[in-house]
Amino acid sequence: MSLKYITPSERFKRYLPKDYVELIDYGPFGKTQDEAGPGNMGQFKELVEEHPMCSGCWMAYYIRLIFASLPKPEETVTIGTAGCGRLAISQAAVPFIYGNYGDQNAMASGLTRAFRLRFPDKTKDVITIAGDGGTMDIGFSMTMHSWIRGEKFTTIMLDNEVYGNTGGQSSGMSPKGAVLKMAPLGKDFEKMPATDLAKAAGCVYIVRMSPTNIKKAAKVIRRAIFVAREVGPTFIQAYTSCNIEYSIPTEDVFADAKAQEKDRFTFDEYMTDAAKEVIERVEAEEKAAKKAKKAMEA
Amino acid sequence: MSYLDDGRPQPVKKLVDMDYLLNEAPREKHFITGAQAMAEAVKRANVDMAIAYPITPQSEVMHLVGDVFAQGHIKEYYRAEEELGTMSAIAGASRAGVRLFTATSGPGLMRGLEAIVSWSGHRVPAVLGILTRVINAPLSIQPDNIEMAYMMHCGAVMLHAENQQDTFDFTLAAFAIAEKVDVYIPVAVATEGFFVTHAKGYVDMMSEDLGYLDFDSVASPVPAMDNETPPARIQRDAPVQKSNFMSYLIHSVWQQEIWDSNKRAMKYIYQYLGGPIEVQNPEADVFIVASGCAAAQAREAWRYAQEDGLSVGLIKVKAIRPFPADEIRDVVKNAKALIVPEHNIIGWLCKEIKATIPNGGIVVEGPRVYGGMTLPVELIMKEIHDALGLEYDLQL
Repeated sequence: MSLKYITPSERFKRYLPKDYVELIDYGPFGKTQDEAGPGNMGQFKELVEEHPMCSGCWMAYYIRLIFASLPKPEETVTIGTAGCGRLAISQAAVPFIYGNYGDQNAMASGLTRAFRLRFPDKTKDVITIAGDGGTMDIGFSMTMHSWIRGEKFTTIMLDNEVYGNTGGQSSGMSPKGAVLKMAPLGKDFEKMPATDLAKAAGCVYIVRMSPTNIKKAAKVIRRAIFVAREVGPTFIQAYTSCNIEYSIPTEDVFADAKAQEKDRFTFDEYMTDAAKEVIERVEAEEKAAKKAKKAMEA
Repeated sequence: MSYLDDGRPQPVKKLVDMDYLLNEAPREKHFITGAQAMAEAVKRANVDMAIAYPITPQSEVMHLVGDVFAQGHIKEYYRAEEELGTMSAIAGASRAGVRLFTATSGPGLMRGLEAIVSWSGHRVPAVLGILTRVINAPLSIQPDNIEMAYMMHCGAVMLHAENQQDTFDFTLAAFAIAEKVDVYIPVAVATEGFFVTHAKGYVDMMSEDLGYLDFDSVASPVPAMDNETPPARIQRDAPVQKSNFMSYLIHSVWQQEIWDSNKRAMKYIYQYLGGPIEVQNPEADVFIVASGCAAAQAREAWRYAQEDGLSVGLIKVKAIRPFPADEIRDVVKNAKALIVPEHNIIGWLCKEIKATIPNGGIVVEGPRVYGGMTLPVELIMKEIHDALGLEYDLQL
């Protein structure tokens, strides 16, 4: 139904905005990752094109990557909160819900449960995408309790270690010692252990990473979504630097992301046995489908 | 596991429209508490999902709604982490196109208020029970209804129930009113904690084999965000992000529409509840104007006044939002005094009435009790006698 409802009849196309028609004809809806995924970004009509993020914003790149990695964009709803991220997320060609401060995981709990009762036989992917402040400070209780309840959706934390959108204040995820607004003498306590908290709260698939490798980052995003469908809450903590508040020259943004892979964002992937089972099954299915397609083409 | 195979009973119901359910279906008399009355209404409202969080005196309502869920009358139910989580989850679930219910009291309402006040703007047609309680401090868990003052400015429809029967009828009607396409904003049903929630009264109820028609996720000014209901939301135009000018403009026209929606709810308050006010003795010189439990005490004072042959009328205000300004103005146009008894210190109903009529000077400020005290009828009688220039020996 969902793919059908976004697709206009041929005769109606001429009355629709060009952008809409191009999304249908050349976008990722109903397509595989090989046809329209992170591997060939720039060669298809992407879900995120325009956004008002700063020049050199690593968060904007990662958000673009999230949307290019969605297994089923036509069945996906994203939820966000205040912060830079929503400025780009809200302009993706996927339904986006903006609630109140830090309440994205509570909203997602209600939404996911309501989807499951209305569409028990369907897959509807719910993803919350919020910053470190929204996920770990103001939204902390709602984030943790959604995990403790075992809510089946994906939480992605865009960790730029600062309140970027409100002008560069220290957050719970800022590193100790960082001199930021509201921490004029330097932050005097440690960066919050988000992935440890996620594990303690019952997330079944958890990754901390600096998404410098497109393929690897895409794989993680998809794994988190597949596992959330069947097993339980999944969490990705991704480093998405704020080159403005941390004064990273635009040309050094990638080098900084690479450096963070060896510092606060070493790659860490945790999965339960049940999550592993899903990942192995889905990835084997994808591989088989790819092989079958290749054989058919040959 | 879907709600269809989780082992709960699946009651077979005859689904009917609200006109039939509320005003035509045969009823039987029961002797139940206000909390039971609210839960019994929820049982018949064909609710998809209810989200609970405890606070005295509301808790009893959501316990009973939990039982209603266990009996299979509701598809989904859970206890959330706290009120902001509850009210946010209601807002999230609403986007999937389902019928929703939750309830809270005083401090819980305050805690959930950030989410609740945005429900109207989000076009969330949920029903919210408010079982009134003091807002701290100093601590009290008693039924002061000051929290209703905070609810009056967020766009939601607000009904105030006098007793257990009202609680049942108003809660049921609330679902139909909230979901009208030309309304589609939340409806809050308030009544006093303990005085109503924990006390029994007679309630005429229709059979629980009847249920309200299924939620129609298509009949909405803002269709469900379920990737099923057209129009498709893949148009990449987030106008609020375009510029501050656009965001001012969109916010202002949107909020005008919310308050217009609120006004449009009035015709449904007439349809289902016989109107926003009840009037006794419309030719009287002095009126007692009251809502909720204060209306019950006002009714008693009015009865005494009738026995004493005094020219006293009663206006019970059932709808706080939309406020029945025209209706009240019309009834009191020849009145000499209006007495407004209330269960809160600020007198929100009194202020509202003063702002409504051209001759606000005739409004007597009170009597008011707060902190959850009972409201002695004698206090109202004293004001009646004062207004009529008569002596009254106040003995409490």
